[in-house]
This record gives sequence, C-alpha cells and structure tokens, in this order.
Amino acid sequence: MRLIELSPPGKKVTTGTLLFTAEDIIRFARQYDPQPFHTDPEAARHYVFGALCASGWHTCAGWMKCYVAYWSAEVSRLESEGLVAPKLGPSAGFKKLQWLKPVYSGDSITYSVEVVDSRPLMSRPGTWINFTTNDGVNQHGEVVMRYDGTVLEFE
Amino acid sequence: MSAILYHFEDFTPGRIFPLPERQVSAEEIVAFAAEFDPQPMHLDEAAGKASILGGLSASGWHTGSMFMRMMYDGWLSRSSSEGSPGIELMEWKKPVLAGDTLSGRSTVVASRVLRSRPGIGLVTFLHEVESQRREVVMKGENPIMMRLRSPDGVPA
Repeated sequence: MRLIELSPPGKKVTTGTLLFTAEDIIRFARQYDPQPFHTDPEAARHYVFGALCASGWHTCAGWMKCYVAYWSAEVSRLESEGLVAPKLGPSAGFKKLQWLKPVYSGDSITYSVEVVDSRPLMSRPGTWINFTTNDGVNQHGEVVMRYDGTVLEFE
Repeated sequence: MSAILYHFEDFTPGRIFPLPERQVSAEEIVAFAAEFDPQPMHLDEAAGKASILGGLSASGWHTGSMFMRMMYDGWLSRSSSEGSPGIELMEWKKPVLAGDTLSGRSTVVASRVLRSRPGIGLVTFLHEVESQRREVVMKGENPIMMRLRSPDGVPA
C-alpha cells in the first residue's frame, strides 16, 4: 500500500498533542538554543516574545514525536488487518517553515499531517518522495507552526 | 547574558559568521531520538547500517537543533537576536553519523528594517553545515529578527 492511498490529499490527520511545560522548554533550550527568551522567564519579558517560549526547534521536534507515535500505531493497525504498511524512509528536508506564534509554557500543541503529493524519484527507482503540509495548533485554536515536509517511501 | 557585539547594522550582505566545531556522539543521537524521533536508524547502530543512511544517524531535527547550538555558540549569543519567524528552506543533504564532527558557516544574504516592529530588522542568512568529510550535510535559509543599534539612524 502506498502512503498516498492510505492518506489521500485533503485528508488531514491529527497525530497527537504535546504539553510544553516550562521545565521541558528550559531543558531543551539549555542544550540546543539557550537564548534568554527560551531559558529565563524573567529575562524573556524584555524581548519581542514577551514571556518564556519554546525554541522553534523544540516545537518542530514535538511534531516529529507525535508523528512517529502516530505512524508506529498506524503500521501496527494495518498489519493487524493483514495489510502491508507503506515503507517510509528519511526526509530530504522541508520548506516554508513558519513559527507563527510563540509556544509559551503551559501550551498544548496538537499536531497534524496531510499528504499533498507523491512523485517517483528519478534518481532512485522504486522510491517515491511524498510531500506533506504539517502544522501545530495551540489550545486557543491558533496555528503556531506550519511547514511543508517531505518523506521518502520505498517499494 | 553576553555583551552584544552584533546588531542589525553589522549584518551586511556577504558577511560570514563561522559555526564552531561540534562532535556528534552516539549517546546524544540516541538520547534525542528516544525523546523525539524514536525510529530504528536513530536508535540502533545495526538498524542504521541496514538503512539507506548507512549508520547510526542523527534525526534531521536533531541536526537542526545541533546547528542551532553551533549558531548560538558561534555568534548568535553575542547578537541582538529577537528570535526567528521561520525557515524558508532546509535540506538534509547527507546523513549525520555518530562520530562526525560538524562545522560550517552562516552567510548574510539580505537585511531589511521591519516597519511592523519599531527598532527591529530582519536578517536573512544562508546556513551551511559540513561534516569532517567536507560534505555539506545540511543547508538552508532563514531570517532572524535583530534589534537595531541606532533605530533612529536607519531609514525605515
């Protein structure tokens, strides 16, 4: 089964929700993005974002976390129904990533994925590249992040 | 907080800011993947070798996060950064494997003062991350908001 058959364009799949606690925001930021507005609630008040907020890379990693959990459950579901799950591989990159609103401590972000196109890869027979649009929405219904992604698929 | 050396005005097109070297350990690859991207090629050496990536390889989001820290250590921590609205394009061109040493550079592509946010400008960078094999492993373009040193001295 191909991914585009399982998840045709127009079908937006919610993959999961992740709570961003202050502890998680600061822990991630201390390791990978220790700008004051990601590590220090007091200092953050003096920057454009106005309060402690997650590194954009943390918000993106949260999308991946929910996607992998969703996909792993989906593969099990298909196999339990006797179907062959699409064989997904790595990604070649992404485009048009927008961090539209800060993700503040205490926010819950619900992520989704939609497959929009799939093309055979000329350089690698038996491989397709799938194009997706992905987003994350906070508990107020505001889109906080959005990007166009890619994922390889093997025969 | 470090002293600010670089304001908006210092990011002139063509100026290059080096990214310091960063070692990529198997432990760090596995720890990041366990939390955010638990796929076999990011968790297990044998599974990585059997995959198209050819070894225990970092999640692309991990490579992005490591690049972020290299940028912070290299120059961002001494800039007037106010964060970023996004990333126009990011390509994961080659696998980043356990034992690799990353380095690279951020090159200023363009800059403009923001009318919507007084005292802030947007600087667009081309970022290139390389391995010790001198291959570009990740490449992308993104804008970062920078406070102006002299908001009144620059025409809006």
